[in-house]
Amino acid sequence: MNDQYLTVTALTKYIKRKLSSDQHLKNVWLRGEISNFKHHSRGHMYLSLKDEQARIQAVMFAGNNRNLKFTPENGMNVLVRGEINVYEPMGQYQLYIQDMQPDGIGALYLAFEQLKEKLGKEGLFSVERKKAIPTYPNHIAVITSPTGAAVRDVLTTIKRRYPIVPVSILPVLVQGDRAPFSIVRAIEYANEKLDADVLIVGRGGGSIEDLWAFNEEVVARAIANSRIPVISAVGHETDTTISDFVADIRAATPTGAAELAVPSIIELQEQIQSLKHRIRRAMETKQTSERQRLFRLEKSYAFKYPEQLMKQKEQDLDRLLERLSKQMVIHHEQRREKVSNLQNRLFVQGPGAQIKEGRHRLQSNTKQLHARFEDVRNAKRDQFRVNLEKLSLLNPLEIMKRGYAIPFSEKGEVIKKVSQVKKGSNLSLKMHGGSVDCNVLDVEEDKHDRE
Amino acid sequence: MTESKEELSFEQAMDQLEDLVEKLETGEVPLEKAIQYYQEGMKLSKVCNEKLGNVEKQMQQIMNEHGEFEPFSIQEEDS
Repeated sequence: MNDQYLTVTALTKYIKRKLSSDQHLKNVWLRGEISNFKHHSRGHMYLSLKDEQARIQAVMFAGNNRNLKFTPENGMNVLVRGEINVYEPMGQYQLYIQDMQPDGIGALYLAFEQLKEKLGKEGLFSVERKKAIPTYPNHIAVITSPTGAAVRDVLTTIKRRYPIVPVSILPVLVQGDRAPFSIVRAIEYANEKLDADVLIVGRGGGSIEDLWAFNEEVVARAIANSRIPVISAVGHETDTTISDFVADIRAATPTGAAELAVPSIIELQEQIQSLKHRIRRAMETKQTSERQRLFRLEKSYAFKYPEQLMKQKEQDLDRLLERLSKQMVIHHEQRREKVSNLQNRLFVQGPGAQIKEGRHRLQSNTKQLHARFEDVRNAKRDQFRVNLEKLSLLNPLEIMKRGYAIPFSEKGEVIKKVSQVKKGSNLSLKMHGGSVDCNVLDVEEDKHDRE
Repeated sequence: MTESKEELSFEQAMDQLEDLVEKLETGEVPLEKAIQYYQEGMKLSKVCNEKLGNVEKQMQQIMNEHGEFEPFSIQEEDS
């Protein structure tokens, strides 16, 4: 039963969470009338915003209201931007105002703020993008209405300050529907066709509607894209347009733009005069100081007593020569010592020992070679003798020495069998020492040899 | 350097003049150089003055409807 009841804190927290989660309530653009305005001593502003049927509690903290260009009052119609949130101790939802402008310009103001925010996010206003205006411009192009006060202010100021610079006016419409296009085209023309090195773009004062062309996105982008540095001069001191943010320099007025664009010729002439004066004085100072130096030198000891100086120098020279010759001897000796040292080292490191050892080895090898050769020769000779003996054993003549004879027939054929011999025939016996002719007396065959 | 004086822009001439003055003011320049700087500085100051005095008759022009430039002068309204 008890559980059905919430605490006030819990409910308030729940509501706060509901409101915080709504993206639309994070960035609210609101129009209304101020009432119950109270500027607290600590700097915060408390107020209500109302219309015919409703009201809302609002607070603008000191950090946000510090830069307000006007003082809010009861009954004043304002345009604000802020966030809805809940102030828990009072159970109150309220608007936390970040920015406030007096109303009366309505939709234009919103458009201005929204374009400013968009281009700002793109970085079109960043300091790094700003181009430097030349110190001594050679050609200035002025983009404005040819009939307004602005063109006159610019031209007279330039003529007064720096009459030597050519000025080209590109006449444009500065208000009305066709103004933005006209201004854009002139900026592009100047960049493409003119050798201008400074552009002044602007117009004289007027209502916010009159100045509106300079809050148009196309104009702002044309200025941002300009290769030539742009000085913007729109309206009076208090008027600030998007063009002013995008331009390389913003001038408060057309006269101010001309002053920013050109140096003052009178100041320049004074500057040259002063430079001339300084260079002359520097030259005089130089001459004086050189003259004094010369004077001092002429009076110096050396100039007055030159022979003293010579004597001393003579002595110096002798001393130096002596040192020189001593030094030469020492130097020479050191060299010689070094050479002999090197020779010794070279000798130790030289190839003599290797040559000796090589020769030794050559001799012993030669001896060895001879010895081996002798061995081989003896072996061969012995073998030859053996072979010769073997050969002589096989020689039939040698066999005859042992008492054998070979019988030849009368026809000269060797007789190998008894059967070849006939009784009464003649044979010749070859034997050691010659041959014997014989007559066969009888032939007797061995019986078992018969067949 | 002396030859090309005519082609110097005003800015270059001023820069050179300032440079010469500063160099000479240090007092560390040899005398011959100092004389040379001095003479050059005087010439440059003359060039600068001439350039500033070089006012032509018609310096202001306006583009007409045909895209041509024509002389422009401010109509001084009586006020």
